[in-house]
Amino acid sequence: MATPLSQSIIKLHEERHDLEDYQSGVPRWCTGCGDNAILAAVQRLCRDENLAPEKTVFVSGIGCSSRFPHYMKTYGFHGIHGRAFPIAEGVKMARPDLNVFVNTGDGDCCSIGAAHWIHALRYNMNMTVILHDNHVYGLTKKQASPTSPVGLKSNTTPRGSVLEPLNPLTVTLGVANVSFVAQAVDWIPELMYEIVSKAFHHRGFSFIRVIQRCPEFLPKMFEPWLHDPSKTLLLTHDNGLQPSADLGRIYKNQRAHDPLDIHRAREIASSEDPIPVGILYQDPKVPCYEDLRGAGKPRTVEAVRKGLDAEFDKFTIWPDEQGQERAA
Amino acid sequence: MSETAQLDRQAQAKAGAATRAKPAVNLPEHIVEVISDSGEGAQRCGQSLASIAARSGNGIWTVEIIPAEIQPPARSVAGASGIRIRIGSKEVTNGGDETDLAVAFNEQVLLGRVRAGELKPGATILLESIWREHRDPAIVKSYNDTLAALTKSGFRVVEMPLEKECRALMTDARRGKNMFVLGMLCSIYSFDLQLARDQVALTFGKKDRSVIETNVKLLEAGFAWGEANLDFKYAIPATKSNVAQVVTNGNTAIALGVLASGMDICAMYPITPATSASHYLSECFEKVGGMVHQAEDEIAACAFAIGASYAGRCAVTITSGPGYALKQEGIGLAVMAEIPLVVVNVQRGGPSTGQPTKVEQGDLLTSVYGSHGDAPKVVMAVSGIEDCFYSMITARKIAETFNMVVVVLSDASLATAQAPFPRPTFSEEWLAPPVDQSPIPEGAKPYDWDAVTGIARRFSPGQPGGMHTVTGLAHDRMSKVAYDPQTNEEGLRARSLKLAALQKTLKTPPVFGDPEGDLLVVGWGSTKGVIEESVERMRAEGLKVSALHLRFIQPLPSGIGEILRRFRKVIAVEGGWGDRLEDELIDADNRRYTALAMMLRSRYLVDVDCWSEARGQPIKPGNVVKALRAKLDEGK
Repeated sequence: MATPLSQSIIKLHEERHDLEDYQSGVPRWCTGCGDNAILAAVQRLCRDENLAPEKTVFVSGIGCSSRFPHYMKTYGFHGIHGRAFPIAEGVKMARPDLNVFVNTGDGDCCSIGAAHWIHALRYNMNMTVILHDNHVYGLTKKQASPTSPVGLKSNTTPRGSVLEPLNPLTVTLGVANVSFVAQAVDWIPELMYEIVSKAFHHRGFSFIRVIQRCPEFLPKMFEPWLHDPSKTLLLTHDNGLQPSADLGRIYKNQRAHDPLDIHRAREIASSEDPIPVGILYQDPKVPCYEDLRGAGKPRTVEAVRKGLDAEFDKFTIWPDEQGQERAA
Repeated sequence: MSETAQLDRQAQAKAGAATRAKPAVNLPEHIVEVISDSGEGAQRCGQSLASIAARSGNGIWTVEIIPAEIQPPARSVAGASGIRIRIGSKEVTNGGDETDLAVAFNEQVLLGRVRAGELKPGATILLESIWREHRDPAIVKSYNDTLAALTKSGFRVVEMPLEKECRALMTDARRGKNMFVLGMLCSIYSFDLQLARDQVALTFGKKDRSVIETNVKLLEAGFAWGEANLDFKYAIPATKSNVAQVVTNGNTAIALGVLASGMDICAMYPITPATSASHYLSECFEKVGGMVHQAEDEIAACAFAIGASYAGRCAVTITSGPGYALKQEGIGLAVMAEIPLVVVNVQRGGPSTGQPTKVEQGDLLTSVYGSHGDAPKVVMAVSGIEDCFYSMITARKIAETFNMVVVVLSDASLATAQAPFPRPTFSEEWLAPPVDQSPIPEGAKPYDWDAVTGIARRFSPGQPGGMHTVTGLAHDRMSKVAYDPQTNEEGLRARSLKLAALQKTLKTPPVFGDPEGDLLVVGWGSTKGVIEESVERMRAEGLKVSALHLRFIQPLPSGIGEILRRFRKVIAVEGGWGDRLEDELIDADNRRYTALAMMLRSRYLVDVDCWSEARGQPIKPGNVVKALRAKLDEGK
């Protein structure tokens, strides 16, 4: 029997979520911090996709970025430094029905959690990952991070950092099973939303590096890029971003790039200036670890009983009579 | 008459008069060792012998002798690979004292065991004689010299042409020696040849039929050789159990326990001696809807398990000492966020890489007091093979009831030791209930700590209305980050109270022996069998000695203080390091007691002494008896 229209409308109304349904508390990030822009894009995504808040989990490590789950009215797991990935993997393996997001920073992901990052790419579990990359440690008050440029003066590098920065894009694009790599910048919110949305719809480990400003410790770091739109390279494609006409008038430096082309993606990834923005790589065919391992299959008491009995049989010494019965 | 029985007859007829001239000497128990180079199959031989003995109704206990390297140099003292099997008329709970009969594939591996004092004075040694005719004169000399020295030391050495005999049956004789030896041992101990044949078929069950046939031939040849050539024969009377028995080692029992506990995710990273539990689990877990995740490192394995537990399904991570150290930060997180988690630590010699294949009980204090800050967690220790199985079920239940980390301590000796235990009967109650997805009533708080027990109901993802962010930061009842002093203390109090709440449910452990007396021996973990056997031997002499074995060490059950005070003297016996008073600098003022002794002294204000060994071998009852005698005589 068809549902009466009036009831459908009520149901629709009940199940739709507003932005407020995903907002929790007042973010304690500094004014002008790029984290705020990421939060806005993600909350908008949740609303537009109408994600059930109880079926959505944000997992993070430690650092400014990792306060993120506290500001979402979903389930959240604010973990320990560097370990957001393995925690998120455990969540997804146990409950593949949940929408899993990971928020991590350049210290959390590229330094203390680097091993987990490499292997998370390899596992390719279905989750949306945002690397909040501000090139500096913020929560511990200005130390050089793995993505800090050479010469950065910080509390641990008072005469300027000496090491070349690690490029998170080229690293990810070098790992077996990588399936989605994108880059966004906090100062173009429209594209950030588009990219987060593409990442969410990719089935696999969707890795987005967001270049973001730290007004407290590196206030001038990205000024040249803010003042000169030609220093931003927009990657466009039918399978990637299609920037609006308005945006196109400002960001004229554009390049058509097919996200399936990993060689070109690696070449683009190595460019620091201009900063590429868009989908660098996407391969929808890479299998997910949770699928390969049969996650989420129903488990019954009967299956355990049978399985256990079969295992015990391998090690059992039966008393004589029964042994004879069994042999007969 | 069946065909095989006829064959038996023929084999025995071939053996001829020797069989009839050789009545079996009855023994209450015997300790056998089979020692070889790595890869020669001594362990498979010994495990099969143990199974045959168990099937015959004998009590058994096996101790594996494992070199640290995969392919140590052949014919080397340090490369000895093998197994000890203690066969008894009654139940056997430990590896016992020195070996009565050793079978060695070369004289070098034998020397390792002789030098370690593992052979009983006058023990029988069956030694492969091929080396006598080796083309390298140095090897011939080494063989002859060792043979002479051993004979001079009083050992009864019998040479056996192992390889020569096997060569008649297979091209690569080196690979067949172990089954020949099995047959010979079956002859020596008067085991039923048909039972042995069945066991060989079971051992090679997965292999080609021809493989089974070849090995049965080797077995029969070994049996016949023993009948014809050896002038001694034993029988260890056995009583067949009237209930079904399961024979496994401790790590397999742990894996079976995981299966039975209703946990369905095990996250691990390879580490000796824990890994074989995960090997076995990898074999069978998926058939019941579970999975083993081999993580990129120990830290990730712990975090993965925490993530899975958080999502609603209590998970387990299995490791050994160094891996356990790496998990400490994750354990702290699980304590703070109150996420159930089972951590198994199959202890090995430490610190650092230490002795990966050897036994030690060195991780008690790090388990009880480890991680950082005040991190109360439950610590259980398995006392035997059967306990390995049931402890996993208990651990999962406690973890989920109290939202706590439960550490289960086993060790390298239990990991590979085999002994039978009654086959468990499956109970639905063992399993975890399905993940709760019911809506959370309005106003309910994610950390609504009970004023008395400290326990709060956990909200799992998927439960409507329960949305909150768990955090390792100090937090209030709403799981909001809190920096104020009251909230911090409120959380610490609740997490600590849960241990007290659990403690109130634990039974006082039973005293083995009389409830009062001159000396109480306290132990934990794998030493239960050896301590109780030692105490039994002393009680047989009329000495007033009793034992107390602890399965729960954090929290300690109630009533223990009273038990300790009913004895004139108390001593903890442990497999680990404790300072010894005979060392010049050590006195009552600076002595580092063994772990359990330290804990008992601080909790009960009883003068608990300690005796320990950290020799990498299971403790021998004879050594314990000596130590207990000294303690009894102290001050006399």
